[in-house]
Amino acid sequence: MSNVVVSCFTPGAVLDRAVEGLLGAGERLARALNTEHVVVAGAADDAVLQSCAKHANQVLALHDQEYGEYQPESCLAILHAACAECQPCAVLLSQDTYSQDVAARLAHRLQGCSIGDAQRIDLKDGAIQVTRGVYGGKAIAVVQANAVPAVVWLRARAYEPEPERTDTAPIESRCFLTGDSQSSMLTATKIVERHREATSGVRLEDAQVIVSGGRGLGGPEPFKALRELAHAINAQVAASRAACDSGWVPPGFQVGQTGKKVAPELYIAIAISGASQHLMGIADAKVVAAINTDAEAPIFRRCQFGIVEDWKNVVGSLTEHFKALKVS
Amino acid sequence: MKTLICLKQILDPEISPRDFQIDSERLEAAAGSANLVTNIFCENGLETALQLRDNIGGEITALTFGGEPTEEILRKALALKVDHAYRVDAIGTARFGSDSSALVLAAAVRKLGAFDLIMLGREAGDWGEGRTAGLLAEHLELPFVSFVDRIESDDAGVRLERQTDFGREQLSVNLPVVMSITNNDANVPRIPKTRDIMMAHRKELTTWSLQDIGLDEEAVRRQAAATQVVELFVPEKTGDCEFISGDSAEQKVAALAEKITEVLRGV
Repeated sequence: MSNVVVSCFTPGAVLDRAVEGLLGAGERLARALNTEHVVVAGAADDAVLQSCAKHANQVLALHDQEYGEYQPESCLAILHAACAECQPCAVLLSQDTYSQDVAARLAHRLQGCSIGDAQRIDLKDGAIQVTRGVYGGKAIAVVQANAVPAVVWLRARAYEPEPERTDTAPIESRCFLTGDSQSSMLTATKIVERHREATSGVRLEDAQVIVSGGRGLGGPEPFKALRELAHAINAQVAASRAACDSGWVPPGFQVGQTGKKVAPELYIAIAISGASQHLMGIADAKVVAAINTDAEAPIFRRCQFGIVEDWKNVVGSLTEHFKALKVS
Repeated sequence: MKTLICLKQILDPEISPRDFQIDSERLEAAAGSANLVTNIFCENGLETALQLRDNIGGEITALTFGGEPTEEILRKALALKVDHAYRVDAIGTARFGSDSSALVLAAAVRKLGAFDLIMLGREAGDWGEGRTAGLLAEHLELPFVSFVDRIESDDAGVRLERQTDFGREQLSVNLPVVMSITNNDANVPRIPKTRDIMMAHRKELTTWSLQDIGLDEEAVRRQAAATQVVELFVPEKTGDCEFISGDSAEQKVAALAEKITEVLRGV
């Protein structure tokens, strides 16, 4: 087996849109290259493994304890060993922190090349080409991979899933770290503590509908109205950097280049001007709508529809409308 | 504690889309009227290094790879009182990305000597891939931690805190280590005093050529060729935002509600 497409899941992956998107991308690339699709995931991530088996020719379940714990240097060594064995022409990863950690380093160890933040992957004259937004989303770049393997991390949530195969791939249990490979480098960094953020409701990155507020709201009190609207349409609340920097909402609400990257079906931007760094956070939003008093606000260039109006005249009434719908 | 902070100069990412243009020959953004600034995450990194030095002492070296205009960001770092500043002069022609930058920075580090901490911003505001830091770690055969926003000294070396998708992690790390820094409330870049800005121009700033660090243009070009920008364009302004109209706010709201309902049906 060689020249395959390997899709890698980092430890702790849960079955969500990102997993389905990565599997979809891997399947399509393998088909386009007329080659096999191999998937690598942690042995502990059972739901993910089961889904992988329906979307691949082969699945490697990584049993190394260090993988399950995500000890960073060991994880990289394990992924390197697993990928090297497969002799891939391409390695795909998702956009989570751990994937971004390893991607470029993995490519270096495999003597290939890396490209990050891919919005699309295509094959052109046998070469892998990645399309991505650059310069804060002001431009689109198409980057060609000129070394093998091409290690690419994708905005996996934005990729379409593929239907399940009729055959289920075998899941092979593997360990790649042996006692000999316990070099000082592998233990140079050690996770001592891990905090999972207590999230009330869905994480912004996974939210399907988001109601977001910006500088134009003028203060923290208006966010109450946004929360009510969000509740009425089953949405999560977010904010621009200006609103967070002003302390109107906690920093975890921030969407943008230095905040969260979201991929909802609908993003409603209320009193948000639409600075580049904010638009970078909503690049994968399917439908963007805006409420803003300024018809020239850059946000409207990103919208499918919008309304030039003071939010005070809109948000409350919208909420009433949707509350009434729920009741009826 | 000897710290190295690598700084990247970029075109101001906040310029309006109207003023943004592509240089179709070089396949990069045209300088135009945009200011050149230090990448924000590099500034967060410098602030993190300064705070660590404030707490436990040590030395900070600032390093950049670029043409003459990049001296400005080193002067700003000197105004913030870094101890040393170095620039590796860039070749004029090729557009250099993470692959060549990491190669060059690694060669400069080898010439500069041993560091305990090597810091970079987590990604650049222009190309935004976040590959340089990890690649630098690979060239130097050092461990790497990304998305760090807090550093403390501990018995092993340092204790790092980093942001992850699901929350935070703490790592105990042996030195030396390479890390990429992200922003948080605590590492908002400090502003240099005017007096220090003026003094910075008198401080020593060393410039090296590629030859000085044991590289040549061919080696850098070869490294850069691993990936190739084949197209760069400004997307068509679709400008097809449907502005909801109506005689009254109530009418507009009703129409907006209808459009939202339509989208929600598909969710």
